[in-house]
Amino acid sequence: MILIPCPNCGPRNASEFRYVGESIARPDPNSATQEQWRAYLYERVNPSGWTTESWFHRAGCGRYFKIERDTNSNEVRAVRLEPAAATKGES
Amino acid sequence: MTGRLSGKPYKSIRNTLGKGTGEKRGQARYSAFDLFRRGFTKDPWPPVWREHELSSSYDVVVVGGGVHGLAIAYYLAHRHGITNVCVLDKSYVGSGGSGRNTAIIRSNYLTPDGVRFYDRSVKLYENLSAELNFNVMFSQRGHLTLAHNDSSLRTMRWRAEVNKLENIDSEVIGPEEIKKLVPYLDVSSEPRYPILGALYHPPGGIIRHDAVVWGYARGADTAGVHIHQNTEVVGINVSSGRVTGVRTNRGDISAPIVVNATAGWASLISNMVGVRMPITTSPLQAAVTEPVKPFLNTVVVSGSLHVYMSQTDRGELVFGASVDPFPSYSMRGSLDFIEGLASHVLELMPALSKMRVLRQWAGLCDMTPDYSPIMGFTPVEGFLVDVGWGTYGFKAGPVSGEAMAQLIADNKTPQIIEAFALERFGTGELLGEKGAASVGH
Repeated sequence: MILIPCPNCGPRNASEFRYVGESIARPDPNSATQEQWRAYLYERVNPSGWTTESWFHRAGCGRYFKIERDTNSNEVRAVRLEPAAATKGES
Repeated sequence: MTGRLSGKPYKSIRNTLGKGTGEKRGQARYSAFDLFRRGFTKDPWPPVWREHELSSSYDVVVVGGGVHGLAIAYYLAHRHGITNVCVLDKSYVGSGGSGRNTAIIRSNYLTPDGVRFYDRSVKLYENLSAELNFNVMFSQRGHLTLAHNDSSLRTMRWRAEVNKLENIDSEVIGPEEIKKLVPYLDVSSEPRYPILGALYHPPGGIIRHDAVVWGYARGADTAGVHIHQNTEVVGINVSSGRVTGVRTNRGDISAPIVVNATAGWASLISNMVGVRMPITTSPLQAAVTEPVKPFLNTVVVSGSLHVYMSQTDRGELVFGASVDPFPSYSMRGSLDFIEGLASHVLELMPALSKMRVLRQWAGLCDMTPDYSPIMGFTPVEGFLVDVGWGTYGFKAGPVSGEAMAQLIADNKTPQIIEAFALERFGTGELLGEKGAASVGH
């Protein structure tokens, strides 16, 4: 079990959270090609080392936020809340 | 279909390949007589496979010395006469998922493509001891997948019907029959998640996973394949869209064909040639208890309770669960895993409450969005993948090796793995196996 530092509630057990995924910019639906959508939906860097990712505090404040995590040691640094607009509509 | 994802077949190597460096040295055949003789003469046993210097070029470089990589090399050499092949592993062979899985073999999947594929693997496993002259201890003791609610019972009926259409022995049975097969299971209505029925798959069972790896390594070595342990790939050379070789910590190798068979580390190898994979890597934990007398003669799986268990020939109970809830390359065990596992096991078999867990470990799983593997060509010519094996890779080892070897020899995707191509993520033809693959070992 690792601790995830929720920017709103402080450090909590990872089981309180849902891992949302690697931080990827969502392409503009009005202009994105099928190729860009496929990359956005499926392709992942899946790095061994530091990565930026989104988490959701489902059993807490219900906020989305980004953390930087080392996927080898699970060490976490640099936490920040997602802008509200970016998470609207996700569940 | 999108341009970038369409696989480019490379120039056929069949005509350009000789019989390789195949320094065919007769490997001593194992037999009861040989065992008897050596017991008296104290002749040393020959090494199961040999160490070699790294050659500067090979016809095929397989990255990853697990069951998949070694099986590819074995079938390339034995079925297709392509022996100038090497298998690289950054650690020892079988150090990744091949030595960390819970060794369950079955073919009762959900999609017809999946069922046919895994059934071929079961068939190959059935004859593997004889083919490799190496006892892989395949015990077809039967496989029970428990249903604790109506929806999982419905999925099991669905699976049973698909299985029967593909001639797989698979049926849904009720609590009384389950009790006869596994007397220690609590089939009463007492538990929070009572057992309503089960999908029973008699040909399923367990195997000695190390023996499979060593057997393939020995068979490949006999045919002249070089197995290089402690050889880590640090880069892959690509020139004008096609692979020209790999760079390792022991030197460079030139090769027209590089196969990525690295399971949990698959993304890292594919990233080296710029092929982004739809893969995330998550650890999956397992545990083993102290040995006791034989009492469990079937593999028992519960998808709802995220647990599968079997008893080894030594008497230990082997437990596995679902993958950890977030991606990581860390293989540390966690306390909440073992707590959750213990509570779920006791829900199924209260009589185990005094048993002690000896150890727990984790292996890395390369998860795909549709719980099906990714096999075959990639946009980089000569760079092939046999990845995305998630939580179901070991049982597919032989058929994957056979199919990938066929693909390399023919320069064409064999029909049995057509559905698993990387293109499917571009065309939207995903192959939903989640209903049968997740926690269904």
